[in-house]
Amino acid sequence: MAEDRKVKDAPVAGGTKKAGALNRFDNPWLNWKFLTGAGILGFMFFLIFLGYQLWDTNLALSARAPLNLPPVGFTNWRGQEGIPEHPLGTENSGRDMLAMLIVGTPRTVFVGVIAATVGMLVGILLGFMAGFLGGLFDDVIRLATDITITIPSLLVLIVIQSVLGRVDLVTMALLISLFTWATPTRYIRAQVLSMRESGYVQMAHLSGVPVRDIMFKEIMPNLLPYLAASYIGNMTGAIISAVGLEVLGFGPQRIPSLGVAIFFSIEAGALFRNMWWWWGLPTVILAIVFVSLLLINLGLDEIANPRLRKAA
Amino acid sequence: MGGISLNYLVRRLLVFFLTLWVAATLIFIIPRLAPGDPISAMIARLSYQAGFVENSDQIIEGWKERFGLNDPIYVQYFRFMGGILQGDLGYSLARFPSTVTELVGRALPWTIGLVGIATFIFFTVGNLCGALLVWTKSPKLIKVLIPMSMIFTSIPPLLAGLLLVYVFGFLLELFPQTYAYSYKFARPEFTIDFIANVIHHGFLPAMAIVLVTFGYWALGMRGMMVTIEGEDYMILAQAKGLKPFYVLYRYMIRNAILPQMTALAVSIGTLVSGSVLVEVIFNYNGMGTLIFTAIREQDFGLIQGTSFILITTSALAVLIIDLSYPLIDPRISLEGR
Repeated sequence: MAEDRKVKDAPVAGGTKKAGALNRFDNPWLNWKFLTGAGILGFMFFLIFLGYQLWDTNLALSARAPLNLPPVGFTNWRGQEGIPEHPLGTENSGRDMLAMLIVGTPRTVFVGVIAATVGMLVGILLGFMAGFLGGLFDDVIRLATDITITIPSLLVLIVIQSVLGRVDLVTMALLISLFTWATPTRYIRAQVLSMRESGYVQMAHLSGVPVRDIMFKEIMPNLLPYLAASYIGNMTGAIISAVGLEVLGFGPQRIPSLGVAIFFSIEAGALFRNMWWWWGLPTVILAIVFVSLLLINLGLDEIANPRLRKAA
Repeated sequence: MGGISLNYLVRRLLVFFLTLWVAATLIFIIPRLAPGDPISAMIARLSYQAGFVENSDQIIEGWKERFGLNDPIYVQYFRFMGGILQGDLGYSLARFPSTVTELVGRALPWTIGLVGIATFIFFTVGNLCGALLVWTKSPKLIKVLIPMSMIFTSIPPLLAGLLLVYVFGFLLELFPQTYAYSYKFARPEFTIDFIANVIHHGFLPAMAIVLVTFGYWALGMRGMMVTIEGEDYMILAQAKGLKPFYVLYRYMIRNAILPQMTALAVSIGTLVSGSVLVEVIFNYNGMGTLIFTAIREQDFGLIQGTSFILITTSALAVLIIDLSYPLIDPRISLEGR
């Protein structure tokens, strides 16, 4: 087994030698995809921060503004024109769209962060344990991940939420994280299994390094870029689940998030009343969030995997 | 060509049945973990909506007796499981004489059709695009256009559906906005006219899934092809002077497609979740819309039944994909596992 690995590793070693010949500014982290994605997201949160300072976020509550106004420069089906007090228009129950986006966007991303973090922590724990302990524990974990990945999470979440009714965002995020642990667990387990056989881990074993240190000081640093990519992917998935639940009507409704805004607009038939700003603005913001997360994810993938970098 | 070994078959079947068992158990337990019982909870919601429900105590007692909620929990559990095994998912509360099985039976074929056709399209197109990205002989234009389309892969089908129905359904009026076939047909029939109508109605929902999905597969395929390009047998194939297209198909795609199938099996769950929401946007008469109506009518039995059947269908799809590996890749005899 160990000899097998040596043969396999040989061409890779040659590759790194070549990469080392490039100049020292060839830093893999200067990846344009990663930087663009992080930049867009950072800029967005800067704008939201400005929004919190400069705009009255109480306008996101209902009945704080005239109803159904279009954005400035447009007219709605009643012939009303947009007014500068509500530059992005208002909706059916008198919420200001700009305030709604300022309040709603961080709330939506927040769900993704919590669910992905919980999922990643559980995934690291279970993945390492399954990879290292093996045996019955490994079998059980493998079965559990297979089952969790097979089940469409949205459906179980619907069943849970239809019992609990509308829940706050943290509860929703924790419910979603019931499903976000499986992919990281499966991935980390596979990586640990392959790394366990590699020379440096064997060496550490022989030197009497405790298993915990091997896990977190020897193997973990190698996995970091992969884990980061997987974390971002999980975050996207969690936000998609949250938006899905919200669009089905399970979101907290007093202070809306982006998915709840879309739910309200569908309920009120905004699509066919041509109130595009109502569902369209949250959709565009969500799309920007998703695209920048994807760019970060792709960038991290390339950082982690030199073969992809070569192809790009 | 090796067959499927008994060991592998047993493991896959085990996962399949365990998935169904876990899903059924979750669906049984979840309502009972919530504070109170399902019926009191429903009465509470009804009174929240209507202000007051007359004789609610008697109603609760009567229903508890009627649905056997006073029996010990394990009796309820075995009765529930027994019902599922016989295909009996109980009654719909909101549309009482109809059973859940009946309503699901009407909706399921539409969902399977929509998701099945969309999957076929995005998997074929996505993998071809990914292969062409790496292939040295493919036109320059493809190498520019496909990476751009990958930007959309992160957007959920739900949002794509909203944009499509607004632009092509509402503004341009090219495609119908709702439902799977037009009102002029009283019931589904097997005529050219009807099938054309169904395709016309299904185009946008299917596109909502395909447009935001195929780039992901192109990306995966590209990664796989890059790895294969560096293999020794590729050099040998070129040295033998084989035709480039033959090399692309027989040497590259054939080898790269298997990991893609594995990825497809993993993504079925996400796919089904996404298409449920697309159906809601288009008011398509499949399982997604059924579940959405059930949520609004607080029809708990129907929510449970629909979810369970959809989970079963997804698990079955995964099982079929997993068992088809040896057919796709003759190297997999699976004997050794």
